[in-house]
Amino acid sequence: MQTVKMVVTGPFNAGKTEFIRSVSEIDVVSTERKISTESERVKETTTVAMDFGRITVDEDLVLYLFGTPGQKRFDFMWEILSEGMLGFVVMVDSARPETFREARSILETFRAYAPTPYVVAANKQDREDAWEIDDMRIALRLDPKIKLLPCVATEKEMVKNVLLELLYSILADMESKGGG
Amino acid sequence: MALKGNLRDYTITHLFRLINLAQKTGTLIVDGPNEKVLVSFREGKLAYAQAGQEDNSLVTILYQAKKLTAPQYRALKERAGNMSDKELGLLLVNANYINQQDILASLQNHFVAIVNRLFTWVEGFFRFESDLLPPEDKITVRVNLENIIIEGARQLHELEQLQDEIPNLDIALKFADRPGANIRNFNLSMDEWQVVRYINPKNTIRQIARATKMSDLQIRKIVYALLQAGLVELVRPEGAPRPAPPPQIAGRIPVSQPNPEEQRSLINRLINRIRSL
Repeated sequence: MQTVKMVVTGPFNAGKTEFIRSVSEIDVVSTERKISTESERVKETTTVAMDFGRITVDEDLVLYLFGTPGQKRFDFMWEILSEGMLGFVVMVDSARPETFREARSILETFRAYAPTPYVVAANKQDREDAWEIDDMRIALRLDPKIKLLPCVATEKEMVKNVLLELLYSILADMESKGGG
Repeated sequence: MALKGNLRDYTITHLFRLINLAQKTGTLIVDGPNEKVLVSFREGKLAYAQAGQEDNSLVTILYQAKKLTAPQYRALKERAGNMSDKELGLLLVNANYINQQDILASLQNHFVAIVNRLFTWVEGFFRFESDLLPPEDKITVRVNLENIIIEGARQLHELEQLQDEIPNLDIALKFADRPGANIRNFNLSMDEWQVVRYINPKNTIRQIARATKMSDLQIRKIVYALLQAGLVELVRPEGAPRPAPPPQIAGRIPVSQPNPEEQRSLINRLINRIRSL
């Protein structure tokens, strides 16, 4: 049995757990705990170690989706999670511009750990106060080549689209390097 | 969809960069702790600015820019009170009081000064209204944002450096144990003395800022200077809880790495599977 993994990262409360939950065939193995930091009490619980979901491709291949812990003090987990990943998704809450800088910093950290392809998912695009995609691209200082995709983590089709776009990027990256 | 947020997290420099790059037209409304500022843009260029309830009339701006004398200012205020800025500007140019370039330069300096004030704000909410344009009767300018952003970035850089030095305002200060050093022998400014009065392990820096009505930037500058001079030290506030130790690291799940030849087929299998979900 071959296993491959993708990592779903992003700031606290960006929607990583929901994202994985939308496509995982198993109940997401979540390590959520009650939030201890007052300033981060936007929601009741958060991921402290990692989430993981599973998608069985066939009898020989399984894809694991790993969600990183959102709170900054658990960033020691990131390096472990990024080991051997095919690519990663950076989730950003479109309605919380205060998290954009952190999202950028997480993105750069992961890119430093592993130079694998990645896409950015502009989550919560269904919210009235969500920023427009073009504005987010500038705010996040994303290169035009990087895919910034509208997303609502609770909507399976949108989550599938994000994962597919990441896989297309991985394929394109392999072709550009002459692999495969 | 909205372009709005909090200045504490998304700075004016970032906003101006976005407006410049996206060549936006509309008005940025910034609600600060003490006043509200409106800055209008046309195709990514500064067009107009208004701070709070300040007198933004052309005659006042020209008087403040020393383009009109006090008697001229009084006379125009009395006689041209009902004229729009555009009408007044035309009248002044035709009467050879002032030329068009001086009017535009005065307005430009006035608007840029308002914008520069914004860069020192670290608190406040902003929103961008693309439908809101400057009042019809006002004279607008076209100022490239690049130089304004560079100046703002300098100020932001200073703030960020200070944030790196003093990342947490919820920490307290105490006088450093330096034998022979007496704070009264140092030349401190009024603002520094104000802060020194409150130095006590019971008071956090944030509380001192509130008591002295200082912004985050101001208090950081003063605390940084006092730290650099070796007069004070940072301490955990009295009674504050100690941080919890980090949790145990969860075990790793082994993940195999396919070789490059297999990868294309593997990715295609993944694509097909996800499409079918």
